[in-house]
Amino acid sequence: MNAQAIRTDQPDGGDSATQLGHVVTGELDLSHGVALYLEDITVSFDGFKALNNLTLAINAGELRCIIGPNGAGKTTMMDVITGKTRPDSGKAYFGQTIDLTRLTEPEIAHVGIGRKFQKPTIFEQHTVFENLELAMKTDKRVWKSLMAWLTGDDRDLIADTLRTIRLDHEADRPAGLLSHGQKQWLEIGMLLMQEPKLLLLDEPVAGMTDDETMRTAELFVSLAGKHSLVVVEHDMAFVEKLGGLVTVLHEGSVLAEGDLATVQNDQRVIEVYLGR
Amino acid sequence: MSVTASTLPLPAAGRVPLTLRVFAALDRKAWIALGIFLALALVAVPLLHLAVPPESAFHVSTYAITLIGKIMCYALVAVAMDLIWGYGGILSLGHGLFFALGGYAFGMYLMRQIGRDGSYQSDLPDFMVFLDWKELPWFWLGSDSFAWAAFLVVALPAVVAFVFGYFAFRSRIKGVYFSIITQALTYAAMLLFFRNETGFGGNNGFTDFKRVLDVPITAPETRLVLFGLTAIALAATLVFAAWLVKSKFGRVLTAIRDAESRVMFIGYNPLWYKLTIWVISAVLCGIAGALYVPQVGIINPSEMSTANSIEIAIWVAVGGRGTLIGPVIGAFAVNLAKSWFTVSFPEYWLFFLGLLFIVVTLLLPQGLVGLWKRIMNKKQGAAA
Repeated sequence: MNAQAIRTDQPDGGDSATQLGHVVTGELDLSHGVALYLEDITVSFDGFKALNNLTLAINAGELRCIIGPNGAGKTTMMDVITGKTRPDSGKAYFGQTIDLTRLTEPEIAHVGIGRKFQKPTIFEQHTVFENLELAMKTDKRVWKSLMAWLTGDDRDLIADTLRTIRLDHEADRPAGLLSHGQKQWLEIGMLLMQEPKLLLLDEPVAGMTDDETMRTAELFVSLAGKHSLVVVEHDMAFVEKLGGLVTVLHEGSVLAEGDLATVQNDQRVIEVYLGR
Repeated sequence: MSVTASTLPLPAAGRVPLTLRVFAALDRKAWIALGIFLALALVAVPLLHLAVPPESAFHVSTYAITLIGKIMCYALVAVAMDLIWGYGGILSLGHGLFFALGGYAFGMYLMRQIGRDGSYQSDLPDFMVFLDWKELPWFWLGSDSFAWAAFLVVALPAVVAFVFGYFAFRSRIKGVYFSIITQALTYAAMLLFFRNETGFGGNNGFTDFKRVLDVPITAPETRLVLFGLTAIALAATLVFAAWLVKSKFGRVLTAIRDAESRVMFIGYNPLWYKLTIWVISAVLCGIAGALYVPQVGIINPSEMSTANSIEIAIWVAVGGRGTLIGPVIGAFAVNLAKSWFTVSFPEYWLFFLGLLFIVVTLLLPQGLVGLWKRIMNKKQGAAA
């Protein structure tokens, strides 16, 4: 994949701070085929090491599943990638050039990382349509928001996404009235509106019916290639359906990596999951 | 008038001029209501005050004009509070400070307009003569200019709000912690203004105004002009606020109120959104304060007392948060009740106010506007 300019109008480099709501970012460089690179990341909370020298690389266009018992550090890893938690030590790079440990949450969103939370977080008071509108990739500074007006193309894009997430008949309903599974889909739709290069999905099918789960798997598989996806999930049927590499986290570091069958037959993985 | 209805009779495609968008921010009923309100304030009230003899039942008294003018200032403050609290989810308990800053900024000009007509017949305001000051302190420079005063009315609350808000929001101070800090801020300012040495008349503040723009301030015509200006300011604020909350900015703001982390992860920086609405809210309060002082004839540090700021929140809660018209109704309802109560049962007013707040919080979370909507829904349900 060639180097892609995310915001060519902002050549200042990735380390500039946010000024007056102006997000200054570098360019995403995927030329070496690596979308996300974590090296020796350590995060400790009051002495407890949530992440312990975690090293992980996600290729551009890859669909990767992360599994692991509770407390393995899956959510903390996502917090580090999205800027919510700063690592005590280690490196976190998006592409070749963007140092994630130096950017704020909104800046990381701008360089092209979208995140779906474990518990669906959507704007419950806003309509489904407005949820997607707010997420849409655009200039997100205050002045632009004051003057913003949806064009026909914008509306088409939102309509397309509504169909993708099968909420086209719910567009004008307050999002808070959706079912749990629909909320999950809406949040995925908001992610799509951001047009991210890397999607982080924390238990995206929790609370979904089997049918919804399978449809979600199909959607994710269709997104891979154009996007890189990192999916944290406990549902093994879902992980199997996604295919791709599986990384097992345990006590804050990588325990095993490989396709699902290999990982499931790994003696250490079995021990971790079943206890000694 | 329902400023909340969300009908946008505009084409979806292309650039839509800003004027049209502002026009679309209110529905037809709201524009008509606003027109009636302005006609009453700018035509009917002046006629009924000047042309109708005082003996007539239709005469509008000076007392009524001052009272309604004052309450319209409060209503403006309530709308400003609703923007930050109802839509932004940030409860400020220090909005009295911005109101007072606007009032003091304009009060300085009014003090200078007294000229040599004060008790000491000096060029200096009376309280400075009393303190044996020989010349104006540096910060009174330019206070004889109306334009400078008008500038300060806007700039002073804006700068104070910006500096305070920047550090508070950047540190991600939220909820009750933010409310407590705003209380402390206005309380500290009150203590500062109580001191004679601060140079704003100590606990007496500014009063005994004689003129504004060289015309007598208590003349009926002057009062009516001030009354009319306040009505226009209130109407303009409602239109501006309706446009603001209907814009994408408004939707981002309510999104921050409901799920701030999601807003950050889709790429908005909440700091600047909060700061923008915070400064706008403070400036609106400053303007209200500047309109209040010449009508009421006094400004003193008690305007910065914590109780005053809490009362502002009560007006908004009583009327209905997040509705724009609710705060106006709340400000009128509570203040009309107050002016009756404080005459009839002065010692029970605070108890009543506290009780009102508890009742509204427990039984009417959407305030009077919410109650009205519930009744209308029931009627419709019964009719169907």
